[in-house]
Amino acid sequence: MPNLKGIFQGKQKFVTVKAGTVREEAPDGLWTKCGKCGGILYKKELTLNLGLCGDCGFHFRLSARERIAITLDENSLVEYDEELLTVDPLGFPGYNIKVEAAKQATGLDEAIITGKGSIDGYPVLAGFMDFSFVGASMGSVVGEKVARLFERAARQRVPVIIFCASGGARMQEGMFSLMQMAKTAASCARLSGTRTLYISVLTNPTTAGVFASFGSLGDIIIAEPGALVGFTGQRVIEETIRQKLPPGFQTAEFALEHGLIDMIVDRRNMRKTLGSLLSLHGGRRQDAG
Amino acid sequence: MINLGLEFEKPLIELEKRIEDLKEFGLKKGIDLSNEIAILEKKADTLRKEIFENLTPWQRIMIARHPKRPTALEYINLIFDEFIEFRGDRAFRDDGAIVGGIAGLGGRPVTVIGTQKGRDTKENIARNFGMPHPEGYRKALRLMKQAEKFRRPIVSFVDVVGAYPGVEAEERGQGLAIAHNIAEMAKLATSIIVVITGEGGSGGALAVGVGDKLIMLENAYFSVISPEGCAAILWKDGSRAQEAAEMLKLTAPDLKAQGFIDEMLHEPQGAAHKDGVAMARVIREAITRGIDELSGIPPRRLIERRYARLRRTGEFAVREIPASDLPMAAAGNEDMPITPDLPDLEGGCDET
Ligand SMILES: [Zn+2]
Repeated sequence: MPNLKGIFQGKQKFVTVKAGTVREEAPDGLWTKCGKCGGILYKKELTLNLGLCGDCGFHFRLSARERIAITLDENSLVEYDEELLTVDPLGFPGYNIKVEAAKQATGLDEAIITGKGSIDGYPVLAGFMDFSFVGASMGSVVGEKVARLFERAARQRVPVIIFCASGGARMQEGMFSLMQMAKTAASCARLSGTRTLYISVLTNPTTAGVFASFGSLGDIIIAEPGALVGFTGQRVIEETIRQKLPPGFQTAEFALEHGLIDMIVDRRNMRKTLGSLLSLHGGRRQDAG
Repeated sequence: MINLGLEFEKPLIELEKRIEDLKEFGLKKGIDLSNEIAILEKKADTLRKEIFENLTPWQRIMIARHPKRPTALEYINLIFDEFIEFRGDRAFRDDGAIVGGIAGLGGRPVTVIGTQKGRDTKENIARNFGMPHPEGYRKALRLMKQAEKFRRPIVSFVDVVGAYPGVEAEERGQGLAIAHNIAEMAKLATSIIVVITGEGGSGGALAVGVGDKLIMLENAYFSVISPEGCAAILWKDGSRAQEAAEMLKLTAPDLKAQGFIDEMLHEPQGAAHKDGVAMARVIREAITRGIDELSGIPPRRLIERRYARLRRTGEFAVREIPASDLPMAAAGNEDMPITPDLPDLEGGCDET
């Protein structure tokens, strides 16, 4: 792994201490509480530690920018389709305001950043979803960016890696939103036809419409430890079956046990694992020679 | 007959009952009341038109969910000359919430798929109220691949509130099953006609709802989320589903205006459950028309068309970027397409 301390400290633009989850789970001050062991963590230290709890290894949620910083080679990302902007196709009450607020809060235009970059020198087309932008729900812009990413990859024959996170479809866009499942799945199937590698990485949480489209269509499906991974929301299931759900239901570990994903990879090993997979799929280092 | 009238139909039902009573009375007493009856019948006609031509989204949803609304198997038996059911996903079990098989339509073989609700409590339990498990979607996919192999068109009847929200469904990969169906249907080398007859419940409907021609009954709906679910998220109050139904723009006329469906089929007076036979006749004509239209298109072109159709869905704006700021040249990006030119489909279908 490259010098991550350097990445975090040197690149103010990409990493700030007020990351989505960290802020969410500890609205005040410099300290935050671990969601798993309850330990009190110094936020700055958490940031330096890939967003992991030093005591129990709990994986805190990362913003797209933070994820980019710990995943791609430094300065390697060239963003795609930044110019796409969300509209309100149904005139859905409150939608514009919600999107505007998300933009303000995150500094993003939408719930995914896509682009071309490299991991350990291997070129990739990558997508990074950001849960703090309207729950990383998939509307027209997210769907379009993902579809274009797959299409570019198909033309360039460069592997795709998408770090998924999503609460599901962007219901405020109605049918336009639902159809993004079909659009992204269709372009993913096209990519597959060109025998180009696609790895989906499921981070906490990846559910509903994203899980039931490109999230589940990776040649290789990786999940982060403890990530919530599933189709139907737990509250809906509980209301239907009128029972408490078993512990660990819809976790990455549950998905692995039931044969739904290939592996669980700790954040500390993610770059190395992705690098190996890219290499084994015939990846050629850009900076070689 | 059990009275399964809907709330908004009540004035009409009352009027119809008065007409019946009057007829009976006249017959019993030997009085000619035909004038009075004719007046009332005319009034009933006007009222019926008034009600059914001005249905709110919520009223349409009530009709789509009506317990008497014809089911997939009822339509299949009325529409096709012959239907032979095939069962099972060849892996886990046969899911009664999805039916499928081979059928004849005017002498032509077609593969038929349908999400299947029950007619009564007993059948509903057997069919899980028409909510499929992953094995149901996998059965559907198996049959659709079979259709592709034997080059016969697929007709898919959709009437499903949603994929089943259960523990076992998650264990067996509900999300994966839906994703695979959608991806495979997008590239199937045979024509697919989708008929949304009742409820189009989100991903669970989309998993059997991708096609070359989308036909929708007038009072069916198709939505990213149930109005109840939407209301629960927006206001923490599922009982405000009527308002949510307005906002989601989920009716057939809405979706026709949005360009998602190709054809909206009018329902018989008083909706499909009042005359399933007439409804089936209309659907049969639309399906036949659709198959005729698509039959001349080579599979490869069909796939391109279907892809283009899915590809254009979505509404967004494009921010103006000064040409000098475009990252293209600097980054060595060989392409920045808006309309995709499509990659080769290796191992794809032939042109015949
Ligand atoms: Zn901890």
